[in-house]
Amino acid sequence: MNAFASPGETPLLAIDDLHVTFSTRRGLVEAVCGVSLQVAAGETLGIVGESGSGKSVTAFAVTRLLDASGRIAAGKVRFKGQDITSASSKQLRSLHGAAISMIFQNPRGALNPIRTVALQIADAVGAHERISASEGRARALDLLKAVLIRDPEKRLDAYPHELSGGMCQRIMIAMAIASRPALLIADEPTTGLDVTTQKTVMDLLARITAERGMAMILITHDLGLAARYCDRVAVMQHGKVVEEAEPRSLFRAPRHDYTKRLVAASPTATSKIADLAPSSLREGASDEAIQEGGANPSGLLRSARNDGEVKPAPGTPLLLEVQSLVKRYDGGVVAVNDVSFAIRQGESLGLVGESGSGKSTISRLVCRLIDASEGEILFDGQPIGQQAARDFHKSPLRKDIQIVFQDPTDSLNPRFNAFDCIAHPLRRLLAMKDGAALSERVRECAARAGLPAELLERFPHQLSGGQKARVGIARAIACRPRLLVLDEPTAALDVSVQAVILQLLDSLRREDGMALLFVSHDLNVVRMMCDRTVVLQNGAIVEQGESLALFRAPQAPYTRQLLDAVLHLDGPGQRDAVVAGS
Amino acid sequence: MTSATFRHTVWILRGNPVTAVAAAGAFILCVLAIIGPSIVPYDPIASDVPNALQPPSAKYWAGTDQLGRDVFSRLVVAARLDLAIAASAVTLSFALGAVIGSLCGYIGGRLDRYVGRFVDVLMAFPLFVLAMAMVAALGNRVENIVIATAIINLPFYIRFARAEVNVRRNAGWVEAARACGDSHLSVVLRFLLPNVLPAMAVQVSLNLGWAILNAAGLSFIGLGVSAPTPEWGIMVAEGARFISTGKWWLVAFPGLALMLTVLCFNLLGDGLRDILDPRMRT
Repeated sequence: MNAFASPGETPLLAIDDLHVTFSTRRGLVEAVCGVSLQVAAGETLGIVGESGSGKSVTAFAVTRLLDASGRIAAGKVRFKGQDITSASSKQLRSLHGAAISMIFQNPRGALNPIRTVALQIADAVGAHERISASEGRARALDLLKAVLIRDPEKRLDAYPHELSGGMCQRIMIAMAIASRPALLIADEPTTGLDVTTQKTVMDLLARITAERGMAMILITHDLGLAARYCDRVAVMQHGKVVEEAEPRSLFRAPRHDYTKRLVAASPTATSKIADLAPSSLREGASDEAIQEGGANPSGLLRSARNDGEVKPAPGTPLLLEVQSLVKRYDGGVVAVNDVSFAIRQGESLGLVGESGSGKSTISRLVCRLIDASEGEILFDGQPIGQQAARDFHKSPLRKDIQIVFQDPTDSLNPRFNAFDCIAHPLRRLLAMKDGAALSERVRECAARAGLPAELLERFPHQLSGGQKARVGIARAIACRPRLLVLDEPTAALDVSVQAVILQLLDSLRREDGMALLFVSHDLNVVRMMCDRTVVLQNGAIVEQGESLALFRAPQAPYTRQLLDAVLHLDGPGQRDAVVAGS
Repeated sequence: MTSATFRHTVWILRGNPVTAVAAAGAFILCVLAIIGPSIVPYDPIASDVPNALQPPSAKYWAGTDQLGRDVFSRLVVAARLDLAIAASAVTLSFALGAVIGSLCGYIGGRLDRYVGRFVDVLMAFPLFVLAMAMVAALGNRVENIVIATAIINLPFYIRFARAEVNVRRNAGWVEAARACGDSHLSVVLRFLLPNVLPAMAVQVSLNLGWAILNAAGLSFIGLGVSAPTPEWGIMVAEGARFISTGKWWLVAFPGLALMLTVLCFNLLGDGLRDILDPRMRT
């Protein structure tokens, strides 16, 4: 494997001191400032970084697909030695697809919803060579076989909405390789896919690029993905490449501070909450996530470092008991099928599963936002399942069960500022009137959630993702609930922000003795955060038990499959093993 | 208005001076509607037959009509009535439509189906004819023009509010409000409605122009406001009889007033859309 192109040989793609600027209302903003990268034929280069690091913009600049407001200000991009920064649109058309092709995030959005799979693949082929309709169909079938879709003949006439997300991404891959390009650029190809689907899609990409000798640029925020599938990884921050090396040495012994923080913040199979943002890396760090560290980072750290188990004693009474819960939707869809579990006071329970496993439905059932079809929910020994969700806002237990939602942006009313968001439950549930007591309590909650008081006047669109997450947490803890339901609280956040938020949640739990129901698809996070874990598949419980035991020795095959799909930064095998194994 | 909103507004207006002109025009119209009757040079109702049918001159800026009344004075005084009819009709349909539409969009189900079909039936009528029928049946009075105009505008507001609420009803902050102890009704009235109001303000501005045309149209065909009250529709109707004899100013000036007013509100609506659309704020 040619990890570094030797000096004499022309690399397939050479990016030389690339600068990309966007013209915005506040003047020119430089999104990429002096990036130099090379990709040799057949090589897989990973570009990792958090949102706003310029990784996608770099890829779009290479394919010249930048927005109208973006422009390559300086630098050269050479493909097989030929400068493509100034290529005409005609040259670009022959370049796209035939020489360089791209796979995007959100495959369903990238496919045309009103054309069948066969027609769309034939379009991709037909863009570069003249083919008849029957030839196009035959080629589409070959390509579907190449991307290992089940029943390829049947899928030819399917529309995108009839296919799963993973299948849509396979079809995108089929279209991308239709004209045998020399370079494939994959921009977050598995974001939004389940872990097991992510594994099959990435294995497929690795296999196809190896078989066809294609080079690939894999753009991702997931260090595990880059570690497993790339020959070389470049880490980007603020539009610059800060470090570039082979994945094993990069992730085992990162040299740049930012890479160190990123590696530390990525949860692995053995990491503990306190490891995610160790104090040695916090100090002097200028990263936004760390600046967001909030009002009282030292207090937060103290509790995070206190790593003693806070497992409740065996005699602790049950706080929540869910008995044979069933949720049926109109049309006979069973989202939750006979689910039973219990949470002790002060305990944290993880709920893991892939999309469609019913975990979000369960969190809303427990919060009494929707009604169950069958089954009972006991909170503190009292049955709360019988009171209709419509009237549950009047229940005295409403303030005891609170929820933090998945998308921090979506969960804040755009017309409320941070203060009103946090004050809202206090006004409604505790009937607090405006005044010193209310503003005192709001400030206290904000401080607990690490939100600086000066941000309380801001509206959601003036806050960063991590800050919005903190507002959501402050709101949820405002009434001092006894059970906090966390519905994928960090799924929409960058890893370094996730690290700080997880530490915050853990310390809140330790200090207040709240019980947590932690819903997540990320097994590494659940293992760290939860005493016990429930694994769900298709609305039913597959396995439940103590987190450590469950992750060490999973009993159910599905749990094992989930654990196998988890990516490790320094796992053995790497890409060669994937290719050899397939 | 926060300083950020102000900066945003200034930025939009600088890129789109037409909106600024339209806003200024609408402002002047409103001022005229309020103080107009006390600043006009002539009595808009008293006739002065010796000076009938004078062409525009320094003395009579827009000429005089068949009874010698100053057309300019009548135009200015009429602004109050026309704007008042339009504004109250639009306010009525806006208030009703926003509440009914929001409830339909949030609750859905049977209520949504029934209201939806009712709106479809209403919209299947030629709206102006419907307004005519209502005024004819209810009686030739100003408040009936307001009611008729409000009813024919109602379907648009219901549909608009329904669609805007429908896309937001599953948003995280709606669920969050429920977890914070709000009932369904309070979620609709205190959370969803305030969020759709800015978008509806655009509709209001576009609709104002249309409501003015509608009121003038009713008066033009003899329903609604009757002579000698100065009103743009009546002035056009009366002037139309003299157009064959070359007395163009009787029709041209009220027509121009109508056209400019409607244009102002429409342009303002387009500008408001840009100012209020959060997607433009980057």
